[in-house]
Amino acid sequence: MKLPRWFHQLGSPPYVYRLAEALAPWLGGIGLALLAVGSFWGLVVAPPDYQQGDSARIIYIHPQTAYVGMMAYVVLAVAAGIGYVWRIKLAHAVAVSAAPIGAWFTFCALVTGALWGRPTWGTYWQWGDPRIMSEALLLFLFLGYLALRGAFDDRDKADRVTAILAVVGVVNVPIIHYSVEWWNSLHQTSTLFADGGPAMTADMLVPFLIMFAGFTLTFYWLLLRRLQAEIVEREGSARWLREWLAEGAR
Amino acid sequence: MNAFNAVLLRDLRVAFRRWSELAHPLIFFVIVVTLFPLALSPTAAQLREVGIGVLWVATLLSSLLALDGLFRSDADDGSLEQLLLAPVPMTMTVLAKVVAHATVTLLPLLCLVPLSALSFNIPLAALPTLALALVLAAPTLSVLVALGAALTVSLRRGGSIVGLLVLPLTGPLLIFGTRATDLSVNGEPTAAPLLLLSALAVLAVSLGPFAIAAAVKVGLE
Amino acid sequence: MSEFFSMGGHGAYVWSAYGITLAVLIVNVWLARAKRRSALQRARALATQDEVPRKQPTVRQLQ
Repeated sequence: MKLPRWFHQLGSPPYVYRLAEALAPWLGGIGLALLAVGSFWGLVVAPPDYQQGDSARIIYIHPQTAYVGMMAYVVLAVAAGIGYVWRIKLAHAVAVSAAPIGAWFTFCALVTGALWGRPTWGTYWQWGDPRIMSEALLLFLFLGYLALRGAFDDRDKADRVTAILAVVGVVNVPIIHYSVEWWNSLHQTSTLFADGGPAMTADMLVPFLIMFAGFTLTFYWLLLRRLQAEIVEREGSARWLREWLAEGAR
Repeated sequence: MNAFNAVLLRDLRVAFRRWSELAHPLIFFVIVVTLFPLALSPTAAQLREVGIGVLWVATLLSSLLALDGLFRSDADDGSLEQLLLAPVPMTMTVLAKVVAHATVTLLPLLCLVPLSALSFNIPLAALPTLALALVLAAPTLSVLVALGAALTVSLRRGGSIVGLLVLPLTGPLLIFGTRATDLSVNGEPTAAPLLLLSALAVLAVSLGPFAIAAAVKVGLE
Repeated sequence: MSEFFSMGGHGAYVWSAYGITLAVLIVNVWLARAKRRSALQRARALATQDEVPRKQPTVRQLQ
């Protein structure tokens, strides 16, 4: 099977490094701008929810960080899987870079979820909420991945062993999510998004989506920067890197 | 004698040579189960509610204890490499080892749990369901525990990480298992969670050995 | 204005949520940048070090 040129290019560290160098500022700039605009919109311009009041403004950060956290794990697992099957070092580099960012975003989702839960249900932590439970387990999956990674001295081995863990984990994520939802349906506790959640009018939907875009782009910006660091570390004293440094790369 | 049986019998024989070690997970289980009421000092009704969860969590934790026998001791004396090189698919070898481990570690535990359930005021009538749920959860649990052992086989101090890796993956087992027990205590139909446990078991046993074998191979390189 | 900060009584929650998210974002930006910088520094050090060719001992010297 003849693979397209870009596929091979994506396996080349110097190419990807330069691509990242070119893309990163745009992703970061636009991402952060969107976050700023979206936050302002959500905090100032958008109306309070008629049921939950102003605490519903957390809707502009909680679902987004949760979603990015999950996306990060999928990126991690897919990249690690590709690296394992096709032995592409760069893919492993992507997986490693995605992990800490995903963990942080998931942590954020849990914290904002708790802060949302307090005024809404009266408790910070609601064991019955399927989303919070799935997010907690997702955080543990990230932490497990990072812990296992850190335990190996040999980078290649670390790459491949953690790839297996990542793939098993990603298979588990829907199972975990489904099982918690099933469990919750028996308890019938209210979720943050019962019946579709705070009724979203157009002036809530716009900042909601802006924040989604903002967090996603910011994630990829952070991913690219970490990926660059990872590439440099892995490439050690490769010629392309030495020349690049001699040219004066920052 | 085919390869599967050979590995299985060999593992069983090795395990029974040190049969006092087999008791460790059981003792651990009893201690954990004793500590909870000590810490909670619950009423009789609370005991029943808490008991189901405590039993299941204690089972999960105890199953993590006898990991060394799975892969590490074989890796240490070089026999794991021999098994890898043998003209037998590693997945088959892995499956045999998992079955041996389950027999040696989980089976005694499974006998102990219903007895402990009585001490938590769980009605006699609910015990068959509890036992069935445990039996159905056992294959998945074994596979997950073996996966944890395989992933850490080349690590010097892998023991501390295995729990961190395996326990989050056992979440669904915990959920379905405790629900099934709960429902049977209340006299409600338990088909749904039991079937889900069976589905998980089938999934784990069919796909797990591949992941485990891969992890062992990579670990021993 | 004070109404804005109190957020209908839920101020502590809303502002903590946004504040913590912002803090996490800042931490991540700083970590990503720092990682990249130190990796480049190490690579630079490695490159200058390797410019002095290291002579491998000959077989005769090893015996």
